[in-house]
Amino acid sequence: MNFEKAFGSMLRVRRVEEAIADRYAEQQMRCPVHLSIGQEAVAVGVCAALRKEDGVFSNHRAHAHYLAKGGDLKAMLAEIYGRENGCCRGVGGSMHMVDLAAGFLGAVPIVGATVPLAVGAAWAAKLRGENRVIAVFFGDGTFEEGVVHESINFAALHRLPILFVCENNLYACYSRIDDRQPDRPIHGVAAAQGCRTFTADGNDVQAVFDVSREAVAGLRSGQGPAFIECATYRWREHCGPNLDDNLGYRPQGELARWESVCPVERAAAFLRAMPDGAALIESAEKQIAAEIADAFAFALEGPLPNSADLPGYLYA
Amino acid sequence: MRDDKKRHITQADAIREALAQALQEDERVIVVGEGVPDPKGVFGTTAGLQQQFGPSRVFDSPLSENGMTGICIGAAISGMRPVMVHQRIDFALLAMDQIVNNAAKWRYMFAGQVNVPLVIMVIVGRGWGPGPQHAQSLQAFFGHIPGLKVVMPTSGYDAKGMLLAAIRDDNPVIFIQHRWLHGIEDLVPEPPYTVPLDRAAICRSGKDATLVAFSYMVVEALLAAEALSQYGIDIEVIDARSVRPLDMPTIIESVRRTGTLVVADTAWKTGGIAGEVIAAVAETAFDALRRPPVRIALPDYPVPTSPYLVKDYYPDALYLARHIAAHLGREVPDAELAERLFRSTPCDVPQKDFRGPF
Ligand SMILES: Cc1ncc(C[n+]2csc(CCOP(=O)(O)OP(=O)(O)O)c2C)c(N)n1
Ligand SMILES: [Mg+2]
Repeated sequence: MNFEKAFGSMLRVRRVEEAIADRYAEQQMRCPVHLSIGQEAVAVGVCAALRKEDGVFSNHRAHAHYLAKGGDLKAMLAEIYGRENGCCRGVGGSMHMVDLAAGFLGAVPIVGATVPLAVGAAWAAKLRGENRVIAVFFGDGTFEEGVVHESINFAALHRLPILFVCENNLYACYSRIDDRQPDRPIHGVAAAQGCRTFTADGNDVQAVFDVSREAVAGLRSGQGPAFIECATYRWREHCGPNLDDNLGYRPQGELARWESVCPVERAAAFLRAMPDGAALIESAEKQIAAEIADAFAFALEGPLPNSADLPGYLYA
Repeated sequence: MRDDKKRHITQADAIREALAQALQEDERVIVVGEGVPDPKGVFGTTAGLQQQFGPSRVFDSPLSENGMTGICIGAAISGMRPVMVHQRIDFALLAMDQIVNNAAKWRYMFAGQVNVPLVIMVIVGRGWGPGPQHAQSLQAFFGHIPGLKVVMPTSGYDAKGMLLAAIRDDNPVIFIQHRWLHGIEDLVPEPPYTVPLDRAAICRSGKDATLVAFSYMVVEALLAAEALSQYGIDIEVIDARSVRPLDMPTIIESVRRTGTLVVADTAWKTGGIAGEVIAAVAETAFDALRRPPVRIALPDYPVPTSPYLVKDYYPDALYLARHIAAHLGREVPDAELAERLFRSTPCDVPQKDFRGPF
């Protein structure tokens, strides 16, 4: 993995999410947003182990996955602003995104909905003899959906080239994992279902990359599905731009503990210890700030979509 | 002492009160759902219930809609009276197997030996950009299924009374709320009371047309009727309240007086409940119709996310008023009508203080 690139990719996700959060109160982004702040390393580490032609599916919290896989930032922001130049021409918004050219095959907000689709895509790749791997991102809560287990079973049965990536951030909305699941590791269930399983510190991009690379190598050599459980943490509210620790659903000090292992800052600290690290970070910040300013302008100047086009999207 | 004749509370509070009273009056009642005990309390409808009744009667749920529905059916046939809560009607789609194959048929399949006293509360999630998978109106879906009762109250008064009736009922009841009704205040008496699950209500009487509306569309229908009354057009507005069964006697009696039927639904037109109302009228009171019946419903494609696209999607009071006037062949000065029904809030918020996105 090119560490500088991975750092830049995480920093970019962070700054994009912060910019969305900053501008959300203007009420021009009129759709729910689920920000990935704090979870950047999972998306970036996994996607760094994938090739462009590999596919990724995602969920309601899609921005990091979309960007890490190479999705177009301008089209993403324009989509959130509901414009014609958005990645779904305004039909989808933040919770429904796609960038086929980048191999970002779709994100939708029904929990668990994309997991079987990812397995189906991996199945198609196998049936068609393509050397293609599919990854699907989902949360700890999503692991409770029956369809996830039906999907894993089928993937294991057919030894499909699929990478299940569980971002365990301990919560589903306001519900802590102990209120939803018994005390056993998620990856242990996946192992019993026939996956090769891995765990990683989800706030350490190098660690995520290392297990992803190993997992993906196995997928390419036909070893059957792999499952990575990444421990990470969502910093902001489940849905929306704000902090919400004041609500009291998370133990005091928990957020601060996770902030102290910020995935972006950890990578930055590593770079700073290198000879030209500080300059590198500074130039990354500059470049990203300019790109983001540009992308917001693109979105805000985007033409408005036309509802007369909608029926045409319904059937082939 | 509080004067109940003056107590205005929001629909969300009315629903919360009904749940609290049901938990209070019957220890077999349990309330379960994703987010039920969370700080937002499902838009306030379940706020504080876990604190009041404890974690053995008011539960959070794993994200397992189909399994949990079956588990609640199992509990219902074993002496409990579960109330399931979904933040969105769309999430109940994952549970369609259990709802349709088991809940709706358990009593029937075993020749009436076992009842399924289960309430499934769902919400039509109109808001800012919830988009195609989070704002559907699926009442016709549920209404198609024999063995289910399906209600869709509009007023806070009815929401409380029908929810209490649903929980006391020995059958599976789908209780459909609309997000845009939660914030509306209504006169709601504090003591427990019930409202029948199978009766429409005439909310405004009139002689020129019968306008049957479902859920939030009742709000728009009443605005439209009020505006049209300024031009001597006299609309009778019926709040259908129940989807299954439809209260056809009330509707037919009205159509016999007005000769005109317009049905306003929150759902898609094709295969919707509006068409069912019209079919039932046509079958039994065809002779009463002086002109073709009309469906006012959503266009036959899923709701898009962008506000610029949504603005053309939902029929509102102005749309209703224009169509009804035209259908009756009555001239109404359009600009004036538009001014009367001018909406100062954007098309994607129910009231000024709504801060989105849900
Ligand atoms: C079928 C379904 N049920 C419920 C929801 C509401 N919902 C949206 S996100 C979410 C929590 C998801 O938790 P998790 O999978 O851990 O992902 P995270 O948000 O933590 O990234 C829930 C319950 C939904 N969108 N779909
Ligand atoms: Mg989670």
